[in-house]
Amino acid sequence: MSSRVKRKPRIAVFKFASCDGCQLSLLDAEDELLAVAGAFDIAYFPEASSTMLRGPYEIGLVEGSITTYHDAQRIQEIRHQCKSLITIGACATAGGIQALRNWKDVDEFIRVVYATPRYIETLKLSTPIAEHVPVNFELRGCPINKHQLIELITATLAGRKPNLPTYSVCIECKRKSNVCIAVAQGVPCLGPVTQAGCGALCPSFNRGCYGCYGPMESPNTESLSSQFRILDQSNADITRAFRGFNAWAWQFRKASEESERA
Amino acid sequence: MDGASVAERSLLTLQQLEHLILVLHRRGYEVIGPLVRDGAIVYDVVDRLSDLPAGWTDEQEAGRYRLQRRNDGALFGYVVGPQSWKKYLHPGEVRLLAAERHGQTLRILNNETTPPRRAFLGVRACELAAIAVQDRVLLGDRYRDSVYASRREGIFIVAVNCTQAAPTCFCTSMGTGPRVRSGYDLALTELVGPDKHEFVVEAGSEAGAEVSRELARATAAEDVCQQADAAVERAASQIKRRMDTTNIRELLYSNFDHPRWDNVAQRCLTCANCTMVCPTCFCTTVEDVSDITGTHAQRWRKWDSCFTQNFSYIHGGSVRSSGKSRYRQWMTHKLASWIDQFGSSGCVGCGRCISWCPVGIDITEEVRAIRESTTSSKESGHGNS
Ligand code: SF4
Ligand code: SF4
Repeated sequence: MSSRVKRKPRIAVFKFASCDGCQLSLLDAEDELLAVAGAFDIAYFPEASSTMLRGPYEIGLVEGSITTYHDAQRIQEIRHQCKSLITIGACATAGGIQALRNWKDVDEFIRVVYATPRYIETLKLSTPIAEHVPVNFELRGCPINKHQLIELITATLAGRKPNLPTYSVCIECKRKSNVCIAVAQGVPCLGPVTQAGCGALCPSFNRGCYGCYGPMESPNTESLSSQFRILDQSNADITRAFRGFNAWAWQFRKASEESERA
Repeated sequence: MDGASVAERSLLTLQQLEHLILVLHRRGYEVIGPLVRDGAIVYDVVDRLSDLPAGWTDEQEAGRYRLQRRNDGALFGYVVGPQSWKKYLHPGEVRLLAAERHGQTLRILNNETTPPRRAFLGVRACELAAIAVQDRVLLGDRYRDSVYASRREGIFIVAVNCTQAAPTCFCTSMGTGPRVRSGYDLALTELVGPDKHEFVVEAGSEAGAEVSRELARATAAEDVCQQADAAVERAASQIKRRMDTTNIRELLYSNFDHPRWDNVAQRCLTCANCTMVCPTCFCTTVEDVSDITGTHAQRWRKWDSCFTQNFSYIHGGSVRSSGKSRYRQWMTHKLASWIDQFGSSGCVGCGRCISWCPVGIDITEEVRAIRESTTSSKESGHGNS
């Protein structure tokens, strides 16, 4: 038997173009935070602590999308440092709300918004992490669900498969005995094409699903778009519905572009 | 009329019906019944008759449900809503087990608390048929489902004969309604008019007869019984939706490659709503969760659906990866292989999957499309699609 004390696995949290909401979900997991701190060395988490230990890290959580040359370089280094690289949230997984610029002229934005445009160096597109480096797991949501995050970390630590479904939000609604607002009230709801994970939050409060968790495993966006038309939604409405936090996820992108062309 | 001889029937006034809930409470039942919530008639705990949806009805068509006001005070003047009694007998989520680790020992914690003894108020004929189907599936074999068994045992059922039908109903095609036939303790038929509001009640069990004796003093006169029967007949004649079930097993088994499956797959969202609302769909998945310290674990059982990819996941991938194969699996199981497996159809004709499909896919229409094209190709001298 080795007398060496077993080192606790190191976890690191990195930020790219994002609002910090997903990282905050980790801090918000009050009940589990101490357990996380007990199980891991929180080696790098600038949002929470000034301690910054060098890698390699067992788990790297990456928030945010790639929007600058510098970040495109940085994610390569981070990938080398992390055994398991997990993206958290819609920005890291699909490019985020800032991916709306992908349909616009970024140079024009820079000219209009900034007093000294030449100081601004940015990429034309906001892209997900997986477009730049291989990713071990993508955790969906805008923001992510803290219970899902803890489940993912726990499963990674235990070496088991995480319980993170890829089916529709509808299944969560029905298990909760929610009345379907699309059918009973004619509310346009993205639930049928959106991945579960939020616990059907918006439909539980009488709002249509906004698609925060991105496309579900087999999203039929064309059929849902036709149904939205029956519910009196214009093509512009449909384009807008799919251009949310996961606008750049390819299935939603395709749906919004189709309704834009229609 | 079927089964119910006039002599067994008694008459209840609205006030006497109020006592039904009291009597059931006194006998130790938690009463579950219909009430208006979130724009629909759902099933939940009811404490008094005024909790019931007096004067409300539901308007249904494929992919659409709306609550509407009636011009009378009928308590059971709606049809079937988004939920079924499966909510209580075969719940959407149930914890099967919890465990704690202390050092090297594992302790299995005492699991489920015993569910309350329940009385269901307002069970429709198609719903009774659905309960019978689930009884067969979950209790009728060597492997009894203990979660279902503990909830099902000792349920007191107050059924209601339908006196109106929705355009989505097709119980007459499936031979399940609108009149209740068996499997109830009490059955009510509501008679409501400008100057009367009463209920013809018949007992279907000894327990039902006891409760009925506590409530009713008067036997229902023959003309009242006739009115009640006529009201149920009226509901039957309102039903326009049909499913032709002649040789349906052979029809579907010989049409696995029918182009209609591609057609429906274009519309189907694979969202699984149809399976969640279906009162006979019973599939579940089991999820184990552990906490980060590795000292606590729980095992949950949750409703699952043949519309998910994980459902048919075996080593290497999902067997039914396309929406087409998933819709075909669901419908073929429900209407055909169910017969081989359990000796009856898996569909009771309640129409929930039609109303609550977000894109209004209609199982009766899908059967018709396959049948019609198959017949015409047979006529042109060629059998299989
Ligand atoms: S398949 Fe549809 S109509 Fe038949 S029992 Fe299920 S929900 Fe009702
Ligand atoms: S038939 Fe309708 S409810 Fe069922 S999975 Fe397809 S779209 Fe969803």
